[in-house]
Amino acid sequence: MLDFVTEHLPALQVVVPLIAAPVILLYQKEAFAWGWALLTTWTTFALSGLLVHEVFSQEFISYDLGGWAPPLGIEYRVDAANALVIAIVAGIAALVTTYARKSIQAEVQGRNQPFFYVLLLLCVSGLIGVAITGDAFNLFVFLEISSLSTYTMVALGGRRDRRAYTAAIRYLITGTIGATFYVIGVGLLYMVTGTLNMADLAVSIAGMDNNTTVQAAFAFIVIGLGLKVAIFPLHLWLPNAYTYAPSVVTIFLAATSTKVAVYALMRFLFTVFGIRFDFELDSLAFLFLPLAIMGMFIPSIVAAFQVDVKRLLAYSSVAQIGYMLLGISLATSASLTATSIHLFNHALMKAALFMALGAVMLRLKSTIIDDLAGIGKTMPWTTAGFALGGLSLIGVPLTVGFVSKWLLIQASFASQQPWLAGLIVVSSLIAVVYVWRVVEVAYFSPVPEGRVRQEAPLSMLIPMWVLVAANIYFGIDTDITIRLASLAAEALLGGAP
Amino acid sequence: MNHHLVLRVVTKILVPVILLFGLYVQFHGDYGPGGGFQAGVIFAAGIILYGLVFGLDAAKQVAPPLIVQRLMAFGVLLYAGVGVVTLALGENYLDYDILHPDLEHHTGQHYGILAVELGVGITVATVMMLLFYGFAGRNFDIKDEDW
Repeated sequence: MLDFVTEHLPALQVVVPLIAAPVILLYQKEAFAWGWALLTTWTTFALSGLLVHEVFSQEFISYDLGGWAPPLGIEYRVDAANALVIAIVAGIAALVTTYARKSIQAEVQGRNQPFFYVLLLLCVSGLIGVAITGDAFNLFVFLEISSLSTYTMVALGGRRDRRAYTAAIRYLITGTIGATFYVIGVGLLYMVTGTLNMADLAVSIAGMDNNTTVQAAFAFIVIGLGLKVAIFPLHLWLPNAYTYAPSVVTIFLAATSTKVAVYALMRFLFTVFGIRFDFELDSLAFLFLPLAIMGMFIPSIVAAFQVDVKRLLAYSSVAQIGYMLLGISLATSASLTATSIHLFNHALMKAALFMALGAVMLRLKSTIIDDLAGIGKTMPWTTAGFALGGLSLIGVPLTVGFVSKWLLIQASFASQQPWLAGLIVVSSLIAVVYVWRVVEVAYFSPVPEGRVRQEAPLSMLIPMWVLVAANIYFGIDTDITIRLASLAAEALLGGAP
Repeated sequence: MNHHLVLRVVTKILVPVILLFGLYVQFHGDYGPGGGFQAGVIFAAGIILYGLVFGLDAAKQVAPPLIVQRLMAFGVLLYAGVGVVTLALGENYLDYDILHPDLEHHTGQHYGILAVELGVGITVATVMMLLFYGFAGRNFDIKDEDW
């Protein structure tokens, strides 16, 4: 049995959630939907654990879908870089589903509740598919599966706040433009090379630095994926989508969807185009680096002025993408290690923070900062979880946030750009400002009259504290994460022969 | 639409032909142009035309939304299920060759694609119908003061 699973691991990884999703439609009971989704996501997580284990022992796994050999057939190709991303998606999905039930019951209209779990499973399948595939067009298909389910999940927030609908439409339009740009870019590459397999593309376009079609393809793909990543000036869909989506959806999206897009961007920048591509080196130095720095500062400053804590964290997510982009723009093995590990670490911290907010939303029906007065006393465990997550977001030592920033600072010194290290520290100080605003209200404002101690249910506290504990555990024992992240960086940079 | 006699008569004549043509495109897709996607759209167009002329309720009697929704899930499961069968028989996901021993005539490929395309056809047709039901049956319950 285990041999069978290991042999077909890449296919099962995508197919298990994909098959599980329509089953819920056949029997639309909320309790069944939740239990079924729970079983599926934990199975998927177990599979992703096996996948990571396999990748440690061999360089990469290749799976021919339908028995058609690549480059003609669709190839699923797993190395350390996508195994890491798949593990993030599957792990967060498992914890989010465990957490989801009470929150979804409170925030989503009754008859839509089973549909939420269908969409969640489809989204998991799509995100894992984007990460796992070695075929540029197949990536587009999975990108659409995950995006379409995401738009719908954001719109489910419409019961609480009708602005969710406009947020979802805006996300749909921007996301579709992104996907279209991506597919135009892939089309141009296909025109030049006649292949869609990423490894084959890398071989074919090597040395085509001055081919204007390849340059146009590069521009389309980078902008298209940039919209999905929410690189600083292309991030406008993100704050509203995160703010008005149901809490559970925000947790899942913040922790996974932009991460997968960052992975896809790195895959194209470093494996397909490769850093020998002069046009790319210029773009990294003169486009990505300034945008990364602006992204680290401007959204952080905006976050510091928000009144809705959910929105505050959404802007902070845009700022964190700035750090990932900084690692990408330096384009060294060390900086890509920092970006890869930050994918993982940021998923841990943002999921923990949004889970705490979801619990607040369940009890107080609001995430406006003034309404949070005194929750340190009425919801002590939730608030403590938020505070620890916040420390991790700032980058305090012994948390994962510190590990990311430390590696990023080391990478900027190694790239002879020590001034970047200074900017990283200064931008972290802005994070202190916005995290402190929440902590201050929560712990030092008096409890409003008539509000009694009302902690979130255990089904929500346990996943939240698992993540908080992971924030601290992986901040102290960095052996596994750094090893996987540096393998990922090598796989990204050395993937092209 | 009771007074549109011509429309009603023509629709009654056309709908069965459209449905039949949909099935033709579905099952002849292996040999000629066509396949599950096109067939599904054509088949759904027949039902939608019926609904446009005779009213939403009449269409819902022919194709009840509850069943349509289950069929939508079934189509996906049929497609993915073929992959699971090939896995169970010991080949890669969706490798149809294993479905039949006659490799020379690619009979396995033939069976596989037939089943998969049927799944695509069912899902596409039902999704089109549900989209029509969804938009046509929409009541404008958002009042001005709700905004």
